[in-house]
Amino acid sequence: MAECHPVGFQWVMEAKARGAKVIHVDPRFTRTSAVVDTHVPLRAGTDIVFLGGIVNHILEDERYFREYVVAYTNAATILREDFDDVDDLDGVFSGYDPTTGTYDSSTWAYEEVEHRSDTADGLTAPDGGEGAGRSAPHEMGGHGAALDNGRVRRDETLQHPRSVFQVLKRHYARYTAKMVEDVCGVPPDLFSEVCEAVTDNSGRERTTCWVYSVGWTQHSVGVQYIRGAAIIQLLLGNIGRPGGGILALRGHASIQGSTDIPTLFDLLPGYLPMPKVDEHEGLQGYLETISTPQQKGFWSSADAYTVSLLKAWWGDAATPDNDFCFDHLPKLSGDHGTYQTVIDMLADKVEGYLLLGQNPAVGSADAKLQRLAMAHLKWLVVRDLNLIESATFWKDGPEIATGELSTEDIATEVFFLPAASHVEKEGTFTQTQRLLQWHHKAVEPPGDSHSDLHFFFHLGRKIKERLAGSTERRDRPLRDLVWDYPTDASGEPSAEAVLREINGRHLTGEKAGQLLDSSLEMRADGSTAGGCWIYSGVYANGINRAARRTPGQEQSWIAPDWGWAWPANRRILYNRASADPAGKPWSERKALVWWDEAAGRWTGHDVPDFEITKAPSHRPGEEVGGPDGLAGDDPFIMQADGKGWLYAPTGLVDGPMPAHYEPHESPVRNRLYRQQANPTRRVFRHEANYSNPSPPESGADVFPYVFTTYRLTEHHTAGGMSRWSGYLAALQPEFFCEVSPALARERNLEHLGWATIVSARSAIEARVLVTERVVPLDLGGRIVHQIGLPYHWGVGGDAIVSGDSANDLLGVTLDPNVGIQESKAASCDIRRGRRPTGPALLAFVEGYRGRAGITTATGNLQRTPQAAPDDPATDITEAERGA
Amino acid sequence: MSEAVDPARAAGWIDPPPRKGFFTDTSICIGCKACEVACKEWNGVPEDGLLSMLGSSYDNTGALGASTWRHVAFVEQRSPTDPGETGRPGDFRWLMSSDVCKHCTYAACLDVCPTGSLFRTEFGTVVVQDDVCNGCGYCVPACPFGVIDRRIGEQGARNVGIAQKCTLCYDRLGAGSAPACAQACPTQSIQFGDVDELRERAAGRLAALHDAGMAEARLYGEDPGDGIGGAGAMFLLLDDPEVYGLPPDPVVSTRDLPVMWRRAGLAALTLLAGAAAAFVGGSS
Repeated sequence: MAECHPVGFQWVMEAKARGAKVIHVDPRFTRTSAVVDTHVPLRAGTDIVFLGGIVNHILEDERYFREYVVAYTNAATILREDFDDVDDLDGVFSGYDPTTGTYDSSTWAYEEVEHRSDTADGLTAPDGGEGAGRSAPHEMGGHGAALDNGRVRRDETLQHPRSVFQVLKRHYARYTAKMVEDVCGVPPDLFSEVCEAVTDNSGRERTTCWVYSVGWTQHSVGVQYIRGAAIIQLLLGNIGRPGGGILALRGHASIQGSTDIPTLFDLLPGYLPMPKVDEHEGLQGYLETISTPQQKGFWSSADAYTVSLLKAWWGDAATPDNDFCFDHLPKLSGDHGTYQTVIDMLADKVEGYLLLGQNPAVGSADAKLQRLAMAHLKWLVVRDLNLIESATFWKDGPEIATGELSTEDIATEVFFLPAASHVEKEGTFTQTQRLLQWHHKAVEPPGDSHSDLHFFFHLGRKIKERLAGSTERRDRPLRDLVWDYPTDASGEPSAEAVLREINGRHLTGEKAGQLLDSSLEMRADGSTAGGCWIYSGVYANGINRAARRTPGQEQSWIAPDWGWAWPANRRILYNRASADPAGKPWSERKALVWWDEAAGRWTGHDVPDFEITKAPSHRPGEEVGGPDGLAGDDPFIMQADGKGWLYAPTGLVDGPMPAHYEPHESPVRNRLYRQQANPTRRVFRHEANYSNPSPPESGADVFPYVFTTYRLTEHHTAGGMSRWSGYLAALQPEFFCEVSPALARERNLEHLGWATIVSARSAIEARVLVTERVVPLDLGGRIVHQIGLPYHWGVGGDAIVSGDSANDLLGVTLDPNVGIQESKAASCDIRRGRRPTGPALLAFVEGYRGRAGITTATGNLQRTPQAAPDDPATDITEAERGA
Repeated sequence: MSEAVDPARAAGWIDPPPRKGFFTDTSICIGCKACEVACKEWNGVPEDGLLSMLGSSYDNTGALGASTWRHVAFVEQRSPTDPGETGRPGDFRWLMSSDVCKHCTYAACLDVCPTGSLFRTEFGTVVVQDDVCNGCGYCVPACPFGVIDRRIGEQGARNVGIAQKCTLCYDRLGAGSAPACAQACPTQSIQFGDVDELRERAAGRLAALHDAGMAEARLYGEDPGDGIGGAGAMFLLLDDPEVYGLPPDPVVSTRDLPVMWRRAGLAALTLLAGAAAAFVGGSS
């Protein structure tokens, strides 16, 4: 965090000064490690074992917050009889289809509601509910997955063998401290220190928070890493309470904002799913598939959010008779994620590409694949501050040197448009706490530089002008689009007008024309418009609340008058959980919101995340769904059963609980299951995307080392903002690799000399930084070396500093839930000296592929075959089962 | 600790504002180098990087100089008694410290400057006047810290050949602002303020760290009784000054000049007296 978010890290330093214990778990010893209480190095790609070990510790030592767990999580909920865990099925959950590499998740569900005769077994709640995978999990940034029904069967003694609690306990029984040592390389006493610190600092009086960044997400099991932390936090009662939570630090200033109002292909604003061809015919059909009126919680109001969005976009053209122009929305016909798009480019299926502040020729996994693909485009628009490598690869990219591409043969027409930086335009940043903060324009953008808002507004305006006379049906969505943002003298559209549109307004009735106070005012009848339901309220009463900057000493500690947090300016989500089931704070020290019996309403420091007058004792009728279906002690109001999910009965495509799988490329055999890597990971079998073999495949020993990629404080991502700045470029002028003294001895690497690092994709060269900050890991007798690669440099002629890109080394393999690439753990070889140049580089890498026996099939079989007799994983599994 | 001298008053300022300075608390420095960049941005200091790695951990700046007025040192350190086992950090430390001109109470650079280019400001700081400096370079060896230097660069570039160093952002001070480095520091490792108050703050921080068991913490440059009469820019360090590239016991290099001059004078007088005696003797 100190390394990549130094400004935000000031608050960690302040907390530490006030006595907070700060632990840093990271393969790499960073600037953060330098100042925290304890640094815990672990093998990249093994965090599920580390987190699972903590879960096991909490459950075995009974350190969980029992009242919280029973009342607020789904620990007591009973699962179906036909659910099988990974220990029963050689490393996959029930429902796995090895031919497609996907799950049918129906057996993961809660026990069905019809089984009422089961009350004889002593269960306290008579109802069950079946989960159904309605939304893909990446579409759930603002809510939980859908259930047919919010009624479930519960055993509040947590003793039922099919209760989530007991299933969880069995699932993590093998995640012992010894397993953590053998898989992660973390010694038991160090691991014990972490377990004790986290559990000692949780409970009624204290809370612990977890902070993560892309070191957790960029894995083929990335979503399950976060789930692992969620399980710990729910067991310890650290969600919905001050000082708790799981904080995602994003890689750029407003990545949170760019998922809320998404730049993702499969989302509409506010985490409404993008409609799909065939699946979503008509508005009603769409709405029925994203939520059910029978499930509990506020997500059942998705109809109002959707219609208000359609009204914001298509205005008067959107009427009840035409489904509010629902059919104007493009429909997904498949995966249009960034990596699939690149593969499609190589197949000449993509004509044009717009890059806005993105430098895939340097910054995306398998950067070589990216460059080769862009050479297939007809046109490419690059909007950036500098002439980045993605705009110049056609003349000075590495493939020109190797002869794989030649400038004369690349037909791609490249348009470079200079962009305004964040200080040259106004708008909001949304950070990890969902806080919107307005930034004002400090200086005019130089020359022809313009904001993205300017670019898109005028692009849209010009396209609409061109289509004005069109009678084609396909042009109706653009012709009907409301596109009337006011502009200033320089043609810059008003960013505040955009924020007002996002906030939404009343269209009819007494309040017609007034801005909405909150999303609660949104209606599904077309009487309201609003661009993003979760942001509704940011402009309530005509005040730009994102621009508020009341100093901390002039307001309460929760600082409600600094910026504006979605939803409803609530600073801590699910904060009903900060009070006990009866509505009293768990402790005075951690009081946040509570039930005021005399006033008959929820009150407190934060905006209560609960229906304001619903008493803690409230119990809904059995058949009631939606917000009214939530009981007075159901704090997780966006979840279909009102509970925090220790176990996800639906919504994830790779399992209801995190199970450890090795990275797609790993020199280490999975110690826990026969299954080596995530059996549902998305693989791309392509000649520009070879994979290194991993055990039990042969050839894995050709790539014996683990590498991970990361950032340095001095640079920003692919360098577009820093390698063109002399002051910054000089601070970290050269691409380097970080190795331990032991690895340097093993491979005869010389400090400040050159090393060549090789994968099945490519070979890159880097200066060698031998440092004791990198420690070899002892996996119960086997030493594993890790190599650290900052990824800021690229090959090109325009930047002040350049160098090989670490991303050339990486392949493309994706997490199946969200489609993020695994770029934080892979295998490689390293050797002394510079890499070959020109065509010799290709022959060099080809030699490695030959020695490792690599084809496009290598590493890409999702289900690990039955183990050979000498496969060590078999022995471990059998031995442990016997124990 | 001896009585603190107010260098501005000593230099003849009448009723000067309180002496200003830095307290750099290295125990909370995260090595982000924002101070280095903010300093260059504000003061228009040219790039001085060679655009190649130094191999000194994450430091590619190297040292203070004419075009580096803030420099963050990175020290990777393992206790000699702890060889370091696999998988555990042991006693390994990564120390970071942002160095800067000390703005000495007794400033040798100023003492030796023949042109008056170096002068004592009303804030008690020591500043070079670019347009007065003739580039003689006397100040360069005079500095006990190796801070000040003459700028190297292409002929005609800004202030080439002229002695340059930190001004404690004299222009910003005059406008009531904090120096750029302190303003940019995200963790308040660099604190700006009145030197008297900073001394108290430093003492308090030291006590807190000692209470927390960090016996190795110490202050540097805070003592008015040291060889430079106390620094305007003081530090909290976690190891010996040498570890950070700081002299352990800096002494103003002009300290002995009066004595030397007295002795030289005495010697001259003695010689003169001898010669005179010879003449007197001869005539008698």
